[in-house]
This record gives sequence, structure tokens and C-alpha cells, in this order.
Amino acid sequence: MLRIAVGAGDHIQGGPDAVVTLVEYGDYECPFCARMHSIVKRLQKHFGGQLRFAFRHFPLTQIHPHARSAAEAAEFAAVHGRFWQMHDALFDNQDRLGPQLYFDLAAALRLPVEDLREALAKGVYGDKVRKDFMGGVRSGAKSTPSFFVNGERLEGPYGFYSLADAIDAALIRAHSPP
Amino acid sequence: MAPILAPGVRAPDFTLPQTADRKLSLGNLVGRPVILVFYPADWYSVCDDQLSLYNEVLPEFRKHGAELIGISVDSVWCHAAYAERRNLHFPLLADFHPKGAVARKYGAYRHREGVCEGAIFLIDGQGTIFWSHCCPVGVNPGADGIFDALERLSAEEGGGAGCCA
Repeated sequence: MLRIAVGAGDHIQGGPDAVVTLVEYGDYECPFCARMHSIVKRLQKHFGGQLRFAFRHFPLTQIHPHARSAAEAAEFAAVHGRFWQMHDALFDNQDRLGPQLYFDLAAALRLPVEDLREALAKGVYGDKVRKDFMGGVRSGAKSTPSFFVNGERLEGPYGFYSLADAIDAALIRAHSPP
Repeated sequence: MAPILAPGVRAPDFTLPQTADRKLSLGNLVGRPVILVFYPADWYSVCDDQLSLYNEVLPEFRKHGAELIGISVDSVWCHAAYAERRNLHFPLLADFHPKGAVARKYGAYRHREGVCEGAIFLIDGQGTIFWSHCCPVGVNPGADGIFDALERLSAEEGGGAGCCA
């Protein structure tokens, strides 16, 4: 079960009235997460306003050397209101992860590149990323990606239909009399 | 299949090769909690996810003063290649010869397949098993159960490190 409720500290797409909340713990260097990135977009399109999506960081830094810095770059963009643009761009450019890509993306999003350079050097967003990670570990996330539907962890392997089925089931539950 | 050793039982001591020229004894770790992780095989995808996760949360295990040790029937050479590839920062011990001898003492040997169970033991600083967990084949137990047990152990021993979530 998800131990950290979705709230103000989260990156969220979709309104608070959504019936179902999908939480992903993901890693920008994980190939499965990149694959799921487009599938999550299809799910959002399919379920529309009924679905809310939150992304939390789960970087496996010892096997993915760029995962932590990529997550920190996304957090930097979030402070400037550009989290989702950076998030999409990081997954779309997964084969080029590294400082140069982050600076290029920041420049394209009109973010202060020098501030990003300094934030990465000082690890300003390291605590936030680590907090996401440990919250995932304590909730039972075991690898990347890990998905939770209305707080309940789904077992992988994940695909469009397995996630859509879980979201459908949560919708039916929400609309059934107790 | 015999069950794995239960909480309250004294953890059987052992000495196993960590590398070709270095051995590790459980007895030498007295005084701090030890997380003993038996797993079926290096390179096996489920174990791989599990060990990569533990490698990642190693700093949080150490905040509890705990040592993490992995054990499988793979040889020291296989362990060396695997640990290097995955950048592991904790010892993998080779229960290789006689095969599975230590795993058998803990009830954590799968005789039919000739590999260790996916079994975890949290041993307290006095050498007694505080918590143990055996996972079905093909299931990654994650780390939350270990942290729950570490927090209970820290609370029972009074003080110690707190929650690190």
C-alpha cells in the first residue's frame, strides 16, 4: 500500500475530482519506464478527467548512473513550473541523459541554465528525490517502474491493458454502492 | 520442505568465502544487526531487482547500524563478476562447497533445485534471529518488511536510529 498520500509535494496531472489516482515510481534511465511513459499518456487520454496521475522518483543510481541527476533536473524544472515538460523531454531523450542534455532542455524551456548547473553541482534537490525513493521503498515498490492505483500496488509486468484493467476496476468500485 | 529458522532461535554461526582469498564469519559481526539475504542465483532477474534495491537502500540499512550480507550457492568468481557489473557495495558469500551447507542450517535450501530459498533473516546484535521471511519462488520481497523489522528492533533495543522513510 502507498504509505505517502498524494499531496502538495507531488507532481500531478489531472484534477482533484478524478475518481482514480495512478502513482508511478519511475527512473528516467530505466528502459521499461520510457516504454511506460507513452502508455501512461494513452491511459490519460483514454480515461480523461476520471484519472489523476502522479510521478515520483525512484532512481536506481547504482545501475543507472544518470538517474539521480535526471531526477534532480526534473525537480529544478518543477520549481519553475516546468516539471512535465522536462519529464517528457527526459524520457524522449533517454539515450542522451547527462548534464549537456539537461542544459539544452533547460535552455529550450527558457529556464536559467546557470542555476541548474549550480543546483546539480550542490545536489539541491537530492533530498527531495531521496525522499520520493524511500517513500516508494516503504510502500513496497521493488523495481522500476512501480505503479499504484488508488494506493494499491500493482504487480508487474505492466502494459496498457493491465493498467487499464486495474483503473477500470477502481472506477467500478468507486461507483458501486458500499 | 522444512521451514526456515524462526525468530527467537540462535542464528547458526558460519564462515564462508567472500572472495577467493577472504572469508567472512557471522561471529565477527556480533554487536550489530545483520540482514542475511539468501537468494537463488546471481543474474536471475528477480534476485537482480531485489539485490539492486538493497544496494540502493544500503545507506538507510546502515543508519540502523545494520550489515547486509547476500548468500547464494554461486562461486566467488561468479559473485565477483556479478557484484562488479551491478556495482554492489555489500558482500556476497559463496555457499558453494559443500553446496548449500549454510543455507541448510537455516532451513533455506531448496533441495530439488539445488539453490537457496529467497529467505531473509534479521539477526540482532546478540546473534539471535529477530525476524525471518521466506518468499515464494519468483517473487521479489522488496525492502519494506526489512525496514519494519529494523524499526521494531531499534525500538526494542531502546533508542537507536529512528525511521528513515
